[in-house]
Amino acid sequence: MTNHWVDIKNADLVLIMGGNAAEAHPCGFKWVIKAKAERGAKLVVVDPRFTRSAAVADYYAPIRVGADIAFLGGVINYLLTNDKIHREYVKNYTNSAFLINPDYGFKDGLFTGYDEAKRTYAKGSWTYQMEDGFAKVDPTLQDPNCVFQLMKKHFARYTPDMVSNVTGTPKDQFLKVCEMIAETSASNKTMTILYALGWTQHSVGSENIRTMAMIQLLLGNMGMAGGGVNALRGHANVQGITDQCLYSEVLPGYLSSPAEADATYEQYRNARTPKALRPGQMNFPQNFPKWFNSLMKAWYGDHATTETNFAYDYLPKRDAPYDIMQIFENMHQGKMNGFISSGFNPLAAISNKHKISAALAKLKYLVVIDPLSTETSEFWKNYGEFNNVDASKIQTEVFRLPATCFAEQDGTFTNSGRVIQWHWKGADGPGESKSDQEIMAGLFTRLRDMYKKDGGAYADPILNLTWNYTNPSNPDAAEINREISGKALVDLKDAAGKVLVAAGEQLAGFAQLVDNGGTACGNWIYSGMWSKAGNLTARRDPTDTSEHKIGQSLNWGFAWPANRRILYNRASADINGKPWDESRTVLKWLGDRWGGSDIPDMRPNAKPEENVMPFIMVQEGVARLFAPQMAEGPFPEHYEPFETPLARNPMHPNNPKATSNPASRVYKGDMEVFGNRKDYPFAATTYRLVEHFHYWSKHSDLNAIVQPEMFVEISRELAKMRGISSGDRVKVSSIRGHVHAKAMVTMRLKGMKVDGQTIYHVGIPIHFGFKGLTKPAQLANSLTPYVADANSQTPEFKAFLVNIEKA
Amino acid sequence: MPEVKLTRRQFFQVTGAGLGASSMTVMGLAHAADPVFAKPNKLEKTTETRSTCPYCSVSCGVLMYSRKDASGKLKVMHVEGDPDNPVNKGTLCPKGAGILDMIESPNRLQFPEVREPGSNTWKRISWDEALTRITKRMKADRDQNFVAKNAAGVTVNRWNTFGMLVSSASNNEAGYLSAKILRSMGVVALDTQARI
Repeated sequence: MTNHWVDIKNADLVLIMGGNAAEAHPCGFKWVIKAKAERGAKLVVVDPRFTRSAAVADYYAPIRVGADIAFLGGVINYLLTNDKIHREYVKNYTNSAFLINPDYGFKDGLFTGYDEAKRTYAKGSWTYQMEDGFAKVDPTLQDPNCVFQLMKKHFARYTPDMVSNVTGTPKDQFLKVCEMIAETSASNKTMTILYALGWTQHSVGSENIRTMAMIQLLLGNMGMAGGGVNALRGHANVQGITDQCLYSEVLPGYLSSPAEADATYEQYRNARTPKALRPGQMNFPQNFPKWFNSLMKAWYGDHATTETNFAYDYLPKRDAPYDIMQIFENMHQGKMNGFISSGFNPLAAISNKHKISAALAKLKYLVVIDPLSTETSEFWKNYGEFNNVDASKIQTEVFRLPATCFAEQDGTFTNSGRVIQWHWKGADGPGESKSDQEIMAGLFTRLRDMYKKDGGAYADPILNLTWNYTNPSNPDAAEINREISGKALVDLKDAAGKVLVAAGEQLAGFAQLVDNGGTACGNWIYSGMWSKAGNLTARRDPTDTSEHKIGQSLNWGFAWPANRRILYNRASADINGKPWDESRTVLKWLGDRWGGSDIPDMRPNAKPEENVMPFIMVQEGVARLFAPQMAEGPFPEHYEPFETPLARNPMHPNNPKATSNPASRVYKGDMEVFGNRKDYPFAATTYRLVEHFHYWSKHSDLNAIVQPEMFVEISRELAKMRGISSGDRVKVSSIRGHVHAKAMVTMRLKGMKVDGQTIYHVGIPIHFGFKGLTKPAQLANSLTPYVADANSQTPEFKAFLVNIEKA
Repeated sequence: MPEVKLTRRQFFQVTGAGLGASSMTVMGLAHAADPVFAKPNKLEKTTETRSTCPYCSVSCGVLMYSRKDASGKLKVMHVEGDPDNPVNKGTLCPKGAGILDMIESPNRLQFPEVREPGSNTWKRISWDEALTRITKRMKADRDQNFVAKNAAGVTVNRWNTFGMLVSSASNNEAGYLSAKILRSMGVVALDTQARI
């Protein structure tokens, strides 16, 4: 979230789309109710189903699965056509005025530079016009090559009629939502967007979110109380684990990890240390060397110095993508030997269960670390129709290690609003269970000892890894937290020579990091969470410290970065530093510095006349309405799901290359086995129930009692077509597999008119499987397709094709 | 019910682990002579601990009440929402409200096990055997498949025949430690629930 949970109460309009906050985040949803009760805020829900969020909404509009960009593109067109934008904000705080290379173009659903064979774009034409090292701008926003005019032209095709035709949303309902959204273009009105996997789990997931970000920028809602782009995330520490960067492309703190093209430290560092694209901008990523060098000091101590290039060569260099779909593709091809699955149940959670099962069977060794007995740990075991495998044919050696759970550990979780909270151990784990730290340390120290004793492949990065924990086999959470937060290795002095931080002392924050080896810090964005003052994540003062009681509990836990609660908060004030809305001040210019209800997201003494713009993490300093960094285009475009119920993309009926995301990765052999609309005529989607959490809570008695059994949701019309009554046993199949379930016939879904045909949805809750206390069922991901978003590689769980029949 | 004789500051101090007495005792509500309820309050003699619900990313504050069982293990016997937490303010949803049944699930793993190739059953083993066998496998795999330099002579120090999925239910400290360990071994095939 750019904002945070309590801040939702400050909104004038809450839009829930691509998510279902009332059911998936019930305790966070109270802040939506607060906004309605105390501010008279309106709740708008746009969803294929009339969910429980919709049930308490002021307005609900249905939408076909996978058509969100068409809807949101239509909103952009509405705002621009009716001049319902926050003009001053757009002109000053976005790249609307930037001039684009005249070679940039868009035709028939493809942008300039498309390579069909590689399914990628050469982005040479998606560039700014430059002069003297800076991007050229037209502050009048009239130049036909300026971002503002290009954007207008791009979205002109998203007329209300086109939107209704593609999304299935009745035109009057679409326009009503537009009207309600448009009101928040007023400088003293804000909208918040609450979204989740209904937007991310698509082959166009990143662009779904990006389109909404553009809307929030046009309306001037970024950096404002009750505004922002707010991902309601899924696990108690998914945010934290993302921030510690346990994925291939990054090192802790979102530092892009070395690739083969970064042959030397200089090449690596220079490629990641950008220059400002406009004069006087903070361009905060220019501090990359401080962050990276401090991380390597934390990992390699005296082996990481200016002379050794901070042990850069110790780090592995990527030669290819290694996201989860690629990992299992590699595994399926027999290219992987061993794997550890820790607190993750990929047989259940990744798409195309049969492919995952076949892949795991090719491993030589699998290690499952978990508090509970999962499907993945028993992928080799026959469970009849629920897991039809022959153990005697599966040669994988499988270890299953008992882990402690949250209640049995000290440590921190980071919530969706970026607040890091310490939790305390309250119980001993059952039997011989051990913590994740102890298990990983056990493996590491044994491996290191084997290399010390026996030698083998190059092992310096293992042997020289800093490991000064009090108990090397079981590092303490507090020690690790302090390492992540960072300390001075030498006395850090100010310009006058006064010692700010003595050698060995914890840092106050990332502003104190240096690039010459004087600081060690495991994750720069978390720096300051354990300072000289102690463990700030353990602070438990809930007092709202803000002037207008907008819900800023600055002394409860520690938010990253720097305890800042609302990101981009400089944008909450005009170019003179006066808040757009003085009744909900987040930040204002106090005459000599910035201050207000939050930690300034701005150099504290940057005078307004210096024109240092609010989006300090990008080179432009202003936000990107035109974003060439995206894989499928600098502007969003509607593309169909790979398994679409339609014969074509209604926006590009004559160009099959533009039917689905032209830049999504499709593995050899997978394009041919996408389901076709004749055999699988219904648009399926997966989702979650309020009583269950993924594949985890089915092991909990109370939750298993209240939701004991797999069911699917269908409309009355579809039920009638197939002769199905509520409670009947049905078989839902895709080209990849099937599930049996009870049918729930409901009015919450209705047939939708799209591109001259009627689309019927099938709703599939995911939570059931062959382990746990609920009735055994096939895993829902037996049905889902193996294709993903072109930027994030998130699988397209939310839009695919099925058939349904009475069983 | 007897009067709660506690100032606001005292109430906020009733926190953290290891108090040895529940807040009920501190507030003077335990052992109170109650004419109606003869049984002692079930939270007596428990330790109150602040934690965070592990399910969704609202990350609700919870209060856990624990005491030692007959075998000396500290066990949670009651969980409720933390009223001090500014986000959830003491509420829990159906998932969080059932959290005790997850902690105490009959499906909690207790002992290291191995399933030998081709076998249909689990076999209990010791931690030492488990960690030693796994590490031997990893070392043999890494020794055979580690790539120090690529064909162009660039140092790559990469081991891509091994990978790991790290849990989004792990705390930051365990996650960071895993990042440090995996990168030191040359692992590039790592991912987490954030991806999906």
